[in-house]
Amino acid sequence: MTESFANDQEDTGHSIADEDTAARHAEYWRRNTRLLGALLVVWFVVSYLCGIVFAEALNTFTLPFSNFPLGFWFAQQGSIYVFVILIFVYVKLMNDLDREFDVDEGASS
Amino acid sequence: MSVQTWTFVLVAASFALYIGIAVWSRASTTKDFYVAGGGVSPLANGMATAADWMSAASFISMAGLISFMGYDGSVYLMGWTGGYVLLALLLAPYLRKYGAFTVPDFVGDRYYSQLARIVAVVCAIFVSFTYVAGQMRGVGIVFGRFLEVDVNFGVGIGMAIVFFYAVLGGMKGITYTQVAQYCVLIFAFLVPAIFLSLMITGTPIPQFGLGGVDQASGVPLLERLNGLHQELGFGPYTSGTKSTLDVFFITAALMVGTAGLPHVIIRFYTVPRVRDARISVGWALLFISLLYTTAPAVAVFARTNLINSVQDVPYSSVPEWFTKWEDIGLISFDDANGDGRIQYVGPESSLTNELTVDRDIMVLANPEIANLPAWVVGLVAAGGLAAALSTAAGLLLVISSAVSHDLLKRSLMPEITEKQELRAARIAAGVAVFVAGYFGMNPPGFVAQVVAFAFGLAASSFFPAIILGIFSKRTTREGAILGMVSGISFTAAYIVYFNFVNPDANSAENWWFGISPEGIGTLGMMLNFTVTIVVSRMTPEPPAQVQALVDSIRVPRGAGEAHEFSM
Repeated sequence: MTESFANDQEDTGHSIADEDTAARHAEYWRRNTRLLGALLVVWFVVSYLCGIVFAEALNTFTLPFSNFPLGFWFAQQGSIYVFVILIFVYVKLMNDLDREFDVDEGASS
Repeated sequence: MSVQTWTFVLVAASFALYIGIAVWSRASTTKDFYVAGGGVSPLANGMATAADWMSAASFISMAGLISFMGYDGSVYLMGWTGGYVLLALLLAPYLRKYGAFTVPDFVGDRYYSQLARIVAVVCAIFVSFTYVAGQMRGVGIVFGRFLEVDVNFGVGIGMAIVFFYAVLGGMKGITYTQVAQYCVLIFAFLVPAIFLSLMITGTPIPQFGLGGVDQASGVPLLERLNGLHQELGFGPYTSGTKSTLDVFFITAALMVGTAGLPHVIIRFYTVPRVRDARISVGWALLFISLLYTTAPAVAVFARTNLINSVQDVPYSSVPEWFTKWEDIGLISFDDANGDGRIQYVGPESSLTNELTVDRDIMVLANPEIANLPAWVVGLVAAGGLAAALSTAAGLLLVISSAVSHDLLKRSLMPEITEKQELRAARIAAGVAVFVAGYFGMNPPGFVAQVVAFAFGLAASSFFPAIILGIFSKRTTREGAILGMVSGISFTAAYIVYFNFVNPDANSAENWWFGISPEGIGTLGMMLNFTVTIVVSRMTPEPPAQVQALVDSIRVPRGAGEAHEFSM
C-alpha cells in the first residue's frame, strides 16, 4: 500500500535548485514509506499473526524461562513490548533519515 | 486509620494537588488554551497522553473484563496499545508539522472544504460526548462505594474539579494536571498488583508473576487457573470462545479507533517539533504499557482470588467486602439449591450458578479481597478518580475547541477576536462539563456499549481521511467526504441495528461474516478507504496549493513556525 503512495510524488519545482530539493524530498519520502512498511509488517506479525491467527497453535509451546503458553503470552504481553520497542526504533531511524536528507529541525535551511 | 478515612485523605490530597496546578498554569491566549502554547516537553506530553488515554474504563473496568473473558480480553490489550504504533508512524509527526489546533482544522484545510470541516466537527463532538459520559459515571461509582456519598453528589464534585482546571487552564492546565494524574493512577494500579503478585506467586513483578508458579499449589499459575476453570465448568482461561475472525476485527477496530480519537491526536500538537511528536508517542506508549502489561496479571490474580474466597463458602460467613458490594447491587447471590453455600460455577457445570459479580468491581474490590492494608484501598479510589478526571478533561477540551475554534472562528464568525474566541472556548468547556455531568447522573442505559462503539465510529470516519490526506496527494474533497459519510453511516447502522432495533438478532449466526458490532468499525474503515480512493480517481485533482501543503507536511523542517493555511 505504501509503495503506491510514493508514486504520487511529482516535481513541481521551476528553478534547478527547486528541482533538486523536490527530488531530494521525493527520495526522502520513498525511504520513509519503505521504513514504515517494514515496521508495520513486524507490528502485524506479533499481534495479528502470533497473538490471534496462530495463537492456539503457539499455545502448545511455552515461553522459555516461564510458564506462559506462547500464543497467550503474545496476545497479552509480548505484542505490547514489541509495540513499545517498534516506536523507539522508528524514532531513531527517522531522526537519522532526517539528518541524512538535511530535512531535520534545528539546522539552518 | 479506617479504609474510609484513608480514602478521604488520599482523594482530598490529590484534588488539592490538581487545583494547585490549575491555578499555577492559567491559560492567557487561545494557543495556551488549545495546545498549551505548543511548548510541552515530549516526556511530559507522553505522561499527559497516557493519563488522557487511560480512562475509568482502563483503570477500573479493563482488568475485570479480562478476568472474566480470559484470552478473549486480549482484544483490549492489543487493540488499545497497537493503535499507538499507527499513531507514531502514520499520524502524529505529520499532524504536528501541519501545526493546527484541532482535528477538524486539518480535515477542513486538507480537503479545501467547509463541508468536510463540519462533518469532522460533528464526528468529533459525537465521539467525545459518548466517551465523557462514561467517565463521569466512573467518578460517581468510586465516590458512591468508597466515600459512601450519593452517586449524584459524587458526580457533582467531579464536575466542580474538572470545571475548575479545564475552564481556567485549558490545554495548559489539563496537560500539567494530567502529568500529576498519571503519577497517581499508575502508583495506585501498581501497588496492589505488586502486593498480590508477592502473595500469590512470590515475585514482586506482576508481569513475571503471571507466568510464575502458584505458591499455594506449587503448580504454574495459569495452569492452576485453567484447572479451576475446568473443575467449575468455565472454558479454559488461556483459550478464547470468540471466533478468530471476530477477535481479529475487534482488535483492528480498537487499534485504528485509538489512532483516530481526536482527544489523543490533539495531544501531539502541544510539543514544539516534529521529532518531539515522534518520541512523545513512544513515551506515551511506554507509560501506558506499564498499566497494560500489569492488567492481565491483575486479572488472573483477581480471578484466582475470587474463586478461592467465595466458591463453596457458606453464605453466613462471607467476608465484609462481599456484603458491602452486595449492598450497592454489584454482587448478587441467589441460593438456588438452598444449601446456604455459594456455588460459583460456569455454563458447562452440572450445578446451577448462584453468584453474579459485576465485572467493573474486580479492580476496586481486589485489595479488599486480598486483605491488603487500608491505605492501599484508599489509593485505588484516588487512582480511579485520577483516571476518570484526566480523560474527561481531555475530551471536554476537544468539545470546547470544536465549538469555539472550528465552528465559530473557522466557519460561522471568522471576524471574532482572540479574546472573544478564548471566552467562547471557556463558555463551551463550561457548558460541556454540565452536559457531561447530566449524562453521568442520568446515564442512558447504553453508555457502556456506546463507549466501546466510539472506537468503531472513529475508525470508520477520521482515520482513512487523515491517512489518505497525508499519504496520497490525489485524494480529493469529494472522495474524503463521501468516504467519511459512508464509513460512519455503515458502521453506525450496523451497530444500531444489532443493539437497538433488533437486539434479539445480535448473535454470531446473524452477523455478517461472523463480525460482531464491536468489530464492524474495521469493515467500515475498509469501506471508507475504498470509497475515498475510487471517488478521488474520478474527481478533479486537488488544487496546487493543497498539494503543496501535503508536500510541506511530509518534511519535518520548519515545524517551529506558525502554519496558518487559509483557503
